[in-house]
Parts: sequence; C-alpha cells; structure tokens
Amino acid sequence: MWTSDLTLMMLEGVRDTLLMTLLSTLFGYLIGLPWGIVLAVTDKTGIRPNAVIYKALDVIANIMRSIPFLILLILVMPITRAIVGKTTGSAATVVPLTLAAAPFIGRMIESSIKEVDHGVVEAAQSMGADTFTIIWKVLLVEARTSILVGVTIAIGTILGYSAMAGVVGGGGLGDIAMRYGYYRYETVIMIVSVVLLVILVQIFQTLGMRLSAKLDKRK
Amino acid sequence: MTGIIEVRNLSKTFETDDGKVEALQNISLSIQAGDIYGIIGMSGAGKSTLVRCLNYLERPTSGTVEVEGQELGALSERQLREIRRDISMIFQHFNLLMQKNVIDNVCFPLVTGGMKKKEARKRAEELLEIVELSEKALAYPSQLSGGQKQRVAIARALAANPKILLCDEATSALDPRTTQSILRLLQDINKNYGITIVIITHEMSVVREICSHVAIIGEGHLVEQGRVSDIFAHPKTPEAKELILKGNRTDRRTLEDRQRELMKGKCCIRIVFSVNSSFEPVIANMVLRFGQPINILRADTKNVEGIARGEMILSLPDDREVQEKMKAYLAERGLAVEEVNGYVD
Ligand SMILES: Nc1ncnc2c1ncn2[C@@H]1O[C@H](COP(=O)(O)OP(=O)(O)OP(=O)(O)O)[C@@H](O)[C@H]1O
Ligand SMILES: [Mg+2]
Repeated sequence: MWTSDLTLMMLEGVRDTLLMTLLSTLFGYLIGLPWGIVLAVTDKTGIRPNAVIYKALDVIANIMRSIPFLILLILVMPITRAIVGKTTGSAATVVPLTLAAAPFIGRMIESSIKEVDHGVVEAAQSMGADTFTIIWKVLLVEARTSILVGVTIAIGTILGYSAMAGVVGGGGLGDIAMRYGYYRYETVIMIVSVVLLVILVQIFQTLGMRLSAKLDKRK
Repeated sequence: MTGIIEVRNLSKTFETDDGKVEALQNISLSIQAGDIYGIIGMSGAGKSTLVRCLNYLERPTSGTVEVEGQELGALSERQLREIRRDISMIFQHFNLLMQKNVIDNVCFPLVTGGMKKKEARKRAEELLEIVELSEKALAYPSQLSGGQKQRVAIARALAANPKILLCDEATSALDPRTTQSILRLLQDINKNYGITIVIITHEMSVVREICSHVAIIGEGHLVEQGRVSDIFAHPKTPEAKELILKGNRTDRRTLEDRQRELMKGKCCIRIVFSVNSSFEPVIANMVLRFGQPINILRADTKNVEGIARGEMILSLPDDREVQEKMKAYLAERGLAVEEVNGYVD
C-alpha cells in the first residue's frame, strides 16, 4: 500500500538527490574549472605551454578518473569523515562525488577551451592582451556554449553516481531504491525511485541544452 | 633613412616531427612610416610567418625586428604587450569574438587597455562610423557578411590608435567587389591617419591597387623589393615576372569594372561563334559595310561541353536603326546574338 509516509520519503529522496548532485557539481567545478583551464593553457598548443605542470595535472586526472566510483567512495572515507564527521548520508556522499567529478569536469573544460578557434586567441595576443585577459575574456567567453553543455553532462553523470552511492548508504533516491527494492523486494518503491531519477536527469538535460543554445551567438 | 619597421637578417626555422622547415632565410626589409607596404609570394612562401614576426607573435630564430627604434627581441613580455598596442593586425578569417556583438568586439582592445566601459563604447561607435557599420553595432559576427566582418576587424584594429596595421590576407576570403571596398578603406585609413600598413597577399592586383612598395618572397627568401611602379615596369627576377603575369591573367576585378563602365548606357550584344561559324572576317566586314565603328569590350574562348566556342561582347553605335541592322547582319551569318546589359562572365 502506498502511504503518505512513503510520499514524504520519496520527496525527501528527491530533495537529497538534488542537494547532493548540485552541491557536488558546484564543488566539482570549483576544482575542475581551474584544473581544466590550467590543462588547456599549459598544453603544447596552449598560450602558456608548460610541460611539467601539464603532465602533473594530466596524470592526476587520469589516475582519479580510472578509479571506479565505488572504490573511490570507500578510499576517501577517512577524508569524508574528517570533513563531514560521518561516512553515510547525503552530506557525506558529496565528498566522494566532488572528487570523482572534479577531474572529469577538468577534462571537459580542457576540451571546451581547446575547441576555441586559435585565430581569435592570436587576435587577442596581437592586441596586447595578457594571459589572464585571454583566459577570462576570450577563452571562457568563446567556449561558453560548450562549457554549458559540459555542465549539463556533468549534472547527469553526478546524479547517476549519487544514486550509486546508495549502495553504501549514501542517501537520496538511490539509497531508497537500494534499501526497499534490493533488500526488501519492494519493487514498486524501487521503480518509483528510478522513474524519479530519470525525470530529474531529463529535466536537467533539457534545461541545460536550452540554456546553452540560447546563449550561443554563433547561429 | 631608418624605417618604422626594420627587419634585419631575419630567419625562422620550425622544428617539426618530420624535421626542420626553414620558413624564412635572411630577410632584411625597411618599411618607412606612412608606406603601404605589400608582401607578396606564392602559398607557403613564408609571408604569414614574416608578418607574425613583425609583432613577435612568432619569435625569429635569428635576426632582429625593430619597430619604432625598439628591438622587439630585447623587450620584456610586458613591454612587448605594450608595443603590440601600436601594431594592430587583421586576418584572413577576421578572428572576431563570435559570442560578442560588434560593438563589444570593437571595445575589446580598449577595455583590456584599461579604458572605462562607457568611454570605450563611445570610441567604438566613432570607429564603427569610420568603417560605415554603425547600424550593425548590436549584431553578432555570425549575422554579418565577410566584408562586414572585416570592417569590424578593422574598426577593432584601429581602436587602440595604432601606428602600424598588419594585414594577413585580409581580402583573400572576400569577393572582388568587397575586396575593392576594403582596399579603399585601408587606403583612406593610411591617408587620413597616417597609419603605416603592411599588406600580405598572394594577389598582384592588391599590390598594384594600393601599395607604394612591395617585397616579393619566394620559398623563404626575399626575392625583390622596391617601389611598386619600378617592379611593375622592370621586374628583375623570374619570380617577380611570374607574379606580374599571373596577376594580369587573373585580374578579373579590374576587367569586370572596366567592362561595366564601358557598357553604361550603351547597346551591347554578345555574339557566340562555334567551329561551324563562317571564317569570313565578320566584324571587320560589318564595320566596312555600315561605316560605323564598334567597340570590342571583350573577346574570349570558352569550353562549353567540350567544344571550343568564341565569344565577344560588342558595344554598338548609338543609332537604333544601325543597331538593328547590325544584329540582323550577324544573325544572318549564323552567329548567336544576344543583347546584354550587365557584366557577363
Ligand atoms: N607553426 C609552424 N610549424 C611548422 N611549420 C610551419 C609553421 N608555420 C608555418 N610553417 C611552415 O612554414 C612555411 C611558410 O608558411 P607560411 O604560413 O608563412 O606561408 P604563407 O606564405 O603565409 O602561405 P599562404 O599563402 O598559404 O598563407 C610553410 O612551409 C609552412 O608549412
Ligand atoms: Mg599565410
């Protein structure tokens, strides 16, 4: 039987999932954005080539991206405990989510920036613009659409990961699906959770794509 | 006399995965303030590399570049950025910020140079007036034609009051008419503001049109340099001769303009004769018969479906009656006659 308690639980699940996803995306970009910028700028073809810095960030990104999320989640538990004070619940999941998302976001930022036409950068250099100006007023502005598409992808991916964290008591809809569907065979609850997850991804995807199309002036 | 730009023994070697590319070898040039200086050469000759060395977007492997008496190689990054504000550049593919509108594009060098936003906008509006694009201030580059984009790029290049304007194939992506109007604009800028202009091109017509001096680059070497009129009159090297000849042959634009001019208000016809047409000297006979001169505006052969066909554009006398008689005369002799009143390709 579907009770109002269950509805309340689902709503809380949605809220927790949203909070986890959006917070992790935010923190992920706080780390990933500068990471990606430095990668793009210090690469051989960048505006400030620096093989050492590039290689270091490149290797770290590769290592972090190759650790499966569930393993990462367990590996970083000491850090999670140090920051949040516990290792279960949605707040605790934000830590591994952020760490998993950051290098992935960094890569997307790197590739978005590298898509910017080199001629525009050259024009800015010929006008005497310094590196900071070129990053801020040329690269990020010209890459805007692509970066927003990246944000959309990031949110969708992080949302999926947040559900995976349910396996170890991560909170949110994934957690509900695990607890009721997997451990108690309450299939209806599991299906509702999954449908809600699908709807959330759909909403973010649509909003993100609309926004980036609207802001694109290249049409 | 020391020029505003002095290039001495400049060489540039690129290290690539397939070995060294000697793009420029031992180039020395002197460009005087107020010149419109053309640098011409075939594709791959090293023109772009040379012009990029003039503002140190590319660092020469050896040799020096002096701009306004300052050796660029001796400058710090900051000083280099400073002097680059005196050396603007426009490009073949315009290189505008696609996500910014026209006025913001023009404001870019002003704002990054530290000017207040409001002041920059005012100056940008003046610049757009100079390039006759005021009504497009709020449009985005993707909404403009190639010629309009280049005008925006020129406005942007002029924003910081440069002393030198470098143009790398600035008209190569444009059609002949637009090329003409951009060249006029560059000429005006040179005259009105005394800006020294360096024009990179592979089209001799561009050089002849507006340059005072020219350097010919061939395979990384400086082949010949001097006043345009001298080089046109007495090309010394085979490279120069080839470029001049090629320039004449492909000089569509001047031809087109001249034809248009001659056709104004005249009755013009196009006649086409194929291999089957009679070999009688039709035109000469017609002139003799009617005792009236005709003007041949163009004669050409074209390959149509594999058959060579001769074609002429004739301008007929003003007398209507004679015109009709002439047309009939030509038609009688098996020629296709067609009246034309615009440029025909
Ligand atoms: N960054 C680079 N790395 C390696 N080789 C280069 C580089 N830039 C130019 N070259 C080489 O230097 C030579 C001259 O190139 P450049 O672009 O200056 O020619 P160009 O005269 O401007 O030709 P075009 O008319 O086609 O623009 C070419 O052989 C080119 O392949
Ligand atoms: Mg070139």
